[in-house]
Amino acid sequence: MIMATTIRMGTAMLDGFFTRALVAGIGLALTVGPLGCFIVWRRMAYFGDTMAHSALLGVALAFLFQINLMAGVFLVASLVSVALLLLQRRGALSTDALLGILSHSTLALGLVMVAFMSWVRVDLMGFLFGDILAVSRTDIALVYGGGAIILGLMAWLWKPLLAATVNEELAEAEGMAPERSRFIFMLLMALVIAIAMKVVGILLITSLLIIPAATARRFSTTPEQMAVLASFIGVVAVVGGLFGSLHFDTPSGPSIVVAALVLFLLSLFSFTRRPAGALQ
Amino acid sequence: MRYTGLATRFETNAEHDLMLNTIDRTSEPLVRLSGAGVQRAGRWLVRGVDMDIRPGEIVTLIGPNGSGKSTTAKTAIGLMKPQEGTVTRRSGLRVGYVPQKLAIDWTLPLTVERLMKLTGTPSPSEIAEALEATGVAHLAGAEVQALSGGEFQRALLARAMVRKPDLLVLDEPVQGVDFTGEVALYELIRNIRNRTGCGILLISHDLHVVMADTDTVICLNGHVCCRGTPQNVVASPEYLKLFGARAAETLAIYRHRHDHTHLEDGRVLHQDGSVTDNCHPADGHHDHAHDHGHDHSHGHRDA
Repeated sequence: MIMATTIRMGTAMLDGFFTRALVAGIGLALTVGPLGCFIVWRRMAYFGDTMAHSALLGVALAFLFQINLMAGVFLVASLVSVALLLLQRRGALSTDALLGILSHSTLALGLVMVAFMSWVRVDLMGFLFGDILAVSRTDIALVYGGGAIILGLMAWLWKPLLAATVNEELAEAEGMAPERSRFIFMLLMALVIAIAMKVVGILLITSLLIIPAATARRFSTTPEQMAVLASFIGVVAVVGGLFGSLHFDTPSGPSIVVAALVLFLLSLFSFTRRPAGALQ
Repeated sequence: MRYTGLATRFETNAEHDLMLNTIDRTSEPLVRLSGAGVQRAGRWLVRGVDMDIRPGEIVTLIGPNGSGKSTTAKTAIGLMKPQEGTVTRRSGLRVGYVPQKLAIDWTLPLTVERLMKLTGTPSPSEIAEALEATGVAHLAGAEVQALSGGEFQRALLARAMVRKPDLLVLDEPVQGVDFTGEVALYELIRNIRNRTGCGILLISHDLHVVMADTDTVICLNGHVCCRGTPQNVVASPEYLKLFGARAAETLAIYRHRHDHTHLEDGRVLHQDGSVTDNCHPADGHHDHAHDHGHDHSHGHRDA
């Protein structure tokens, strides 16, 4: 009797919100693998974090002007990345300091604005840490539609982006237009943040980008291999994290990140040694 | 004895001289700088540079740190825009570039073979050929971060030449390479020019060895101090003023002089056509060098 109930409950879950969470999470993990690799290669972890933090300002502005939430987040994250590029060019402050200023001030601005708008009920925890169990069919369509666009553009951009990652001037001298590919990459990052916000939340997005990529490094010999592997490690983290959250009754977004962390730690103890002569 | 094998692949000096004579001074230059000047933050990095690079020509820029060598090279290939003067490049000019500083993050898994395909799509045989020519074929599967300074420079050279460029720009290609390796790298650069007929723009702050194969040396210090063949530049008063008589004394112009060639089987072919198992003691060997002779020119002392 008890067993039958459990099975019935399980089926209901798989039919419903849990399946949707799995499908959305897997789609997102597949999408962010290649992007995450570039974040790691180009040492842009803090940059990605800053863009993600600005998402809350996007949410607040979207409520204020009553536009689509994802559109608001995408616009603000794009603007922040452009602002950062312009400030960098002026060269008054170090990139590190600029990121620190932008990252926390956009997050704080978002929080303050949301607090002012007493007429809207905002699930702050949901935005900060994600609410994957609440994803709708529309959200899934957005994750897969957006994901397809992102992966398509990444494939098209791959060569110039990789060349610019190795050396910006080399890429430019040999006709690879690194400025253009970097700009498109920023837009893709903004798009990923808009999509990923609901799944893992603003504060945890960069971890889903970086941890699977870092885990994949040890098992890869080419950049392409690392990108594909990062996607699959992300999928394992999403599946593991979601089942873990179901089993231990823990919040789903953080559980996914913890699962990713466990995989990363396991990779440290893997049989593959860090290649001889590795730098840093 | 690492570079011994290279000697067998080099053409003889006679062919080199032939190549020298084939630079067509009337042909359209690959790049022409006319009175080019570049400004940054209100300061002129370099001004009034006139420079032509023609197919098959090696142009070397020398000068102290901050004299505008890299700026001039970057302006030539369009990485920097001149604030005065003009830069004209032949339309569709294909550039191969070896930048001065290239640090590849450990997080990026990149083998030498994959590095070769960074900006182009060479065939496996083209890759093998370029790696063979630069003497790093055995490192095709190695991660670039694991290479020594000299090996990495060779891999970068191979990468630049596999593009079959019209113009090869090498910003201090011998950095981090010991003297023997340096000589071998210059041989390699000469050889690339001879085989492909591309123009080469070479930057060197290493005043001890300036390639004798250089057709034109341009000595920079914020402006063009002097120019000419390596021998002329060393003897010029502007050069002595800039680098001091001591620097000029230690400056050696690397002269390539083969009087024998190592064959694939290890035997030696001499200039007179005879073949022996070993080199003659009288061959153009430096004491510790193994595959080619070179001498240090101190001609200016007598001048």
